[in-house]
Amino acid sequence: MTILLLALRRLAASLPTLLVILAGLFLLLQLAPGDTVDALMAQMGGGDPATAEELRRYYGLDLPAAAQLARYLWRLVQLDLGQSAIYGKPVATVIAERLPVTLMLMGASLSLAFLGGIVLGVLAARRIGQWPDTLISTLGLMFYATPSFWFGLMGIVLFAIHLGWLPAGGIEEVGAGHTGLARILDIARHLVLPTLTLALVFLATYLRIMRASMLEVMSLDYVRTARAKGLGETGVIVHHALRNALLPMVTLVGLQAGTMLGGSVVVESVFALPGLGRLAYESVVQRDLNTLLGIVFVSALLVITVNFVVDLIYGRLDPRIAAGR
Amino acid sequence: MAALTRYLRNPAAVLGAVLLLLVLAVALAAPVLFPKDPLGLAGRPLQWPFANPKVWLGTDASGRDIAAQVFHGARVSLLIGLVATVIAIAIGIAVGAVAGFYGGIVDDALMRVTEAFQTLPNFLLLLVLVAVFGSDITTVTVAIGLVSWPAPARLTRAEFLSLRNREFVQACRVLGMGDARIIAREILPNALPPVIVYASVVMAVAILLESALAFLNLSDPNVASWGNLIGAGRGVLRTQWYVSAIPGLAILVTVLAVSLVGQGLNDAFNPRLRGPAPVKTAS
Repeated sequence: MTILLLALRRLAASLPTLLVILAGLFLLLQLAPGDTVDALMAQMGGGDPATAEELRRYYGLDLPAAAQLARYLWRLVQLDLGQSAIYGKPVATVIAERLPVTLMLMGASLSLAFLGGIVLGVLAARRIGQWPDTLISTLGLMFYATPSFWFGLMGIVLFAIHLGWLPAGGIEEVGAGHTGLARILDIARHLVLPTLTLALVFLATYLRIMRASMLEVMSLDYVRTARAKGLGETGVIVHHALRNALLPMVTLVGLQAGTMLGGSVVVESVFALPGLGRLAYESVVQRDLNTLLGIVFVSALLVITVNFVVDLIYGRLDPRIAAGR
Repeated sequence: MAALTRYLRNPAAVLGAVLLLLVLAVALAAPVLFPKDPLGLAGRPLQWPFANPKVWLGTDASGRDIAAQVFHGARVSLLIGLVATVIAIAIGIAVGAVAGFYGGIVDDALMRVTEAFQTLPNFLLLLVLVAVFGSDITTVTVAIGLVSWPAPARLTRAEFLSLRNREFVQACRVLGMGDARIIAREILPNALPPVIVYASVVMAVAILLESALAFLNLSDPNVASWGNLIGAGRGVLRTQWYVSAIPGLAILVTVLAVSLVGQGLNDAFNPRLRGPAPVKTAS
């Protein structure tokens, strides 16, 4: 239970952070040329200044900035993210429609990068200095240095255009009318390339950290003890070393949750996936700042949630954290 | 000197230095080899590489010389990477030094802001900045610097925390030195090496961030950036995939060079800590 309390305390500590983010973004958007009313008027095909004035009063845009900020924060507490100018729907609705694709993409990529990182990192650490280590480390460096969108494009060229194995974009076959299992398989097929694209960069980081962490743990006394009592190498790794070596990896997941969301903007654009990242891109291009702000808010919430879960996992992996403090 | 010897004995680090020098040479040679505007018309559009000796890497869909764009793109990438890194490191050092030196409420407040920046996906923040302030090359560079400072700030803070109560600092206090002088002249030189090494990570990320932004058509369209060229090649990806492939290789080589040099420096200056290079936190 202690770990839950600890994690909850960390969660409470992230509230001021969230407040800083929101206030900062709000002030930033005050600097942006044009406001919601300008966007609305443009959508209506222009209008007279009197109407604009009335609309500003209606939306509270004539109030001083501090009062507007207070109103804005109060609306956010009620999860009212305002109205999207280009979609003509509440921002919360638009985001809720797009969120599942991004969560699927992130979940799949994270799992792939995490598991792949563990396996490759352990392999490299076991064969340190020999060819498997050199090969894995080199591959890691290459993945690390490659822009993800370029990986995606080359993946499309190879697997979609030349080999024809996988679809080039979209989340499902439009008009194919798949239902049930067929639809799930179809979506999975569409997610293979995007998942690989997003995962490779993170796989590179994870395998590097896992390798280093494994090397460190394998040099500790308790591992020598485990060997001395006659355990095989696999037993030592699986039952003794792995759990401790995983701690830095779990920290990294929390640290990089935001980065992964940022990466999904690019990947979703490459593969035309109707996700949150694609929505962020569209709202930048179409100057829909209300939607953009909503996405940033939801992303921050998502990152805070991931870190909360990471704290919980941390406590399970290392009971000392729960017991000690 | 010992560090230099260690650096030169590390083949990966030497390879990185060679690649980096190569990119630098390409950037310097660009105005000499391709004096004309790289975004100007060079010939028939979509010529394959090595088909026409006049445009040996071929032309893109608008008939612009790919080789010229790749060469001039090296200038853009290196410049953006360098300037954005200087901005990020400068902010990071300032914030980290003050937070680590004074501690207490100042530290708490500054760390809240740092956490706020780290909680936001930095590419999303970059999109917001570009949406608000526009996307000419100066704005983009400053914006990349502005989203990249939290990690250097944390690193500087950690160094300052471990140094601020050392004896030499206490000696300075006894001598009556002012805080500003102790921070800048006494502690900072000791705290700097890991931050400088980390700068390579910041620079690699900055180059990748700009290319991603340019790929999405959200960076300055009036400069020959590698990301712009990859984005332009998307329309003809089905048949003329080389338009996107070539500048991507250029980015790969540059980022690889910067990372290898950074890791080499890290290993050379901390020979006992041959651990992992600091973690990259960007797309």
